[in-house]
Amino acid sequence: MENNKVKNILLVGVGGQGIILASEIMADVFMEAGFDVKKSEVHGMAQRGGSVSTHVRFGSKVFSPLIKEGEADIFIAFEELEALRYLDYLSPQPTILLNEQRLNPPSVSLGNQAYPEKISEILSGRSKHFKSIPGRELALQAGDARAVNIVLLGALCAILSIPEKIWTENILRRFSPKVERVNLEAFRLGRST
Amino acid sequence: MLSGNEAIARGAYESGAKVATAYPGTPSTEILESLSTYAGLHAEWSPNEKVALETGMGAAFGGARALVVMKHVGVNVAADPLFTLSYTGLRGGLVLVTADDPELHSSQNEQDNRNYAKFAKVPMLEPSDSQEAKDFTEMAFDLSEKFDTPVMLRTTTRVSHSKSIVLVGEPAEPTGKPQLVKDPMKFVMLPANARKRHPIVEKRIEELTRFAETFPGNRVEWGESKVGIITSGISYEYAKEVMPEASYLKLGMVYPLPREMIRSFASRVEKLFIVEELDPFIEEQVRAMGIEVTGKNLFPLCGELNPGLVERGLRGLLQVPKEETYKNLPARPPIMCPGCPHRGIFSILSKMKLFVTGDIGCYTLGFLPPLSAIDTCVCMGASIGHAMGLDKALGKEALGKVVAVIGDSTFLHSGITSLLNVVYNKGAVTLIILDNRTTAMTGRQDHPGTGFTLKGEETSRVDLVKLSKALGVKHIKVVDPYQLASTERVIKREVRRPEPSVIISRAPCILSRRERTEQEKSFFVSPEACTGCRTCLRLGCPAIEWVKENGAGPEGKKRKGRASIESFLCTGCTLCAQVCKFGAIKESDGK
Repeated sequence: MENNKVKNILLVGVGGQGIILASEIMADVFMEAGFDVKKSEVHGMAQRGGSVSTHVRFGSKVFSPLIKEGEADIFIAFEELEALRYLDYLSPQPTILLNEQRLNPPSVSLGNQAYPEKISEILSGRSKHFKSIPGRELALQAGDARAVNIVLLGALCAILSIPEKIWTENILRRFSPKVERVNLEAFRLGRST
Repeated sequence: MLSGNEAIARGAYESGAKVATAYPGTPSTEILESLSTYAGLHAEWSPNEKVALETGMGAAFGGARALVVMKHVGVNVAADPLFTLSYTGLRGGLVLVTADDPELHSSQNEQDNRNYAKFAKVPMLEPSDSQEAKDFTEMAFDLSEKFDTPVMLRTTTRVSHSKSIVLVGEPAEPTGKPQLVKDPMKFVMLPANARKRHPIVEKRIEELTRFAETFPGNRVEWGESKVGIITSGISYEYAKEVMPEASYLKLGMVYPLPREMIRSFASRVEKLFIVEELDPFIEEQVRAMGIEVTGKNLFPLCGELNPGLVERGLRGLLQVPKEETYKNLPARPPIMCPGCPHRGIFSILSKMKLFVTGDIGCYTLGFLPPLSAIDTCVCMGASIGHAMGLDKALGKEALGKVVAVIGDSTFLHSGITSLLNVVYNKGAVTLIILDNRTTAMTGRQDHPGTGFTLKGEETSRVDLVKLSKALGVKHIKVVDPYQLASTERVIKREVRRPEPSVIISRAPCILSRRERTEQEKSFFVSPEACTGCRTCLRLGCPAIEWVKENGAGPEGKKRKGRASIESFLCTGCTLCAQVCKFGAIKESDGK
């Protein structure tokens, strides 16, 4: 069935981490690589800090902009706790990219609830294609803590067979030339994780 | 790649729309933001949806094409002009976009606005993806002029906010020059004239029903004859995803329905399903035609659909047991930003334990713990009426215990007349206008109180003090919400006043780049001085965290933990330093 060829990427994290921008860049990349693409997210409220998830699907023909539960082939978690919230979406053997970053939700900040433990173990037990990425560290190494999303795009590039040039062109197009060097470095560091 | 919203904007531009109006509202906001980047048309934020539609009507009466945009509940505000616009018709095309929000991602209800099309007797188109969003916008303008009717275009959050590939075209040649043409029999809806227009409306719906049979947006996709599915909008995409082998009747026009097309489709399939979100809108009409269908007994009435739900319904599957469930994961709701000017006000209202009648905007988040200081929230502008009703019902019982809060954009949207009523009918109501000089919740759009238009041009700015005075309010105080002690004194005094009073809390949204002066400072908690009393945590600031530790605080007193400030989140608003009774929160030397 043709639908089997559609690849599903689920990105999750916290508002303000650059998830929506990352998903827009990858959607452009897939389109340029010749695929049909759909991307969906909910952005209702303007505040930062809420839970965010974005669905990106590409293939020869894509109908639903939403991924069906149990069918996410690639799972990119920008934040550890948020990764646990979306496990029902994962396919039997997904590729999991986990950014090693914890951001406390309000109930944890207030001391009313504990931040869940052993998230990395839970995820690595869920799939043998699991990679933990020190995104913030690598972004800082590249020169800007905000480039975590570009680091993760680099890591995604490494597991897909789409020419690197398409990725870098689409990343650079989104930013001012001033941060070109930082973004290229962040992408390179992510790609070689 | 365009979002559904960007595609609607593109469609309006290519259709030669001259005037576009809207009030911001999720998930519709980006349509006008996108349209404002095109040249050759007037795009505006209107103060509310009724004004937006009336302005669009004026343009259409003058022969120009007009796009009017709002979220689903906005149509309630604009319903008054809409129902009679259906009678008058127009001269230039008018398309009214209603962006519905199944699942209430950012709304107070999930009403299904397809019902408005039937109620107001106007046609409604419903796109499934961005390409259709653009194409249907253009078709809607043509239909509007061909049938002399406003046309509604309905999207849902998943169409508005999904991106897919769109082939764009060039703007069409203008259909005619806008001009003044007197036609009072058509545009003056006195009973005598309106009575004559009503049969025209009924005849128009009959003609549109016939037209629907050949409308290119309605199409049959033959597959296996065992299962036939009638569907529209985003539900079509979900159904195609999970059951590509079935036969489809895909409706681009959801009102009026192509009755013959439906009858013929139904007769050629063994089992007929209707897949639609929210109300059984298509289902009830098909049933009324005497056709047997399966629909809402399999698909939920509440919330949005998704591929999993549609598959379970169509294939008769049971709910899949969830393999891994992490129950009680700490929730991560949207919260007021660090440095938000609303936080100070709500910390005071929370401390005073007032009954707070609330409104629609970021400040509704004052409902969440630990502030927990919003007691009502229903619709735009309602806070003032709620406080007035409580005052009239409870009299002295309520005095000093109730306060209404409303944002600046919401006040200008539909709070002015309610405040006028408070003055006119002698209400002992205190209103706090949270003036952050933007429409913050939807992503900071301008309004008549900001001094800028949608296109960023400078314009006059309404003066809320003078406006309140002109309405007849005698007691008006302006406060700085970052000064807790003085603000609390004012609120305490004003709520006890047995007369109308207005407190204007004036401080720009912390995310507003235009007005923000970069904060140089940030604060930290001295671990030695913190007693672990948690007072600062009750501000609900995302920058303040509780650090558990069993140990000793100042003077060897026992404490279970202490507060700590995340310096990269801290904006230096000083609220926590103001509430700390132990002087434990201090300014850092540098950021």
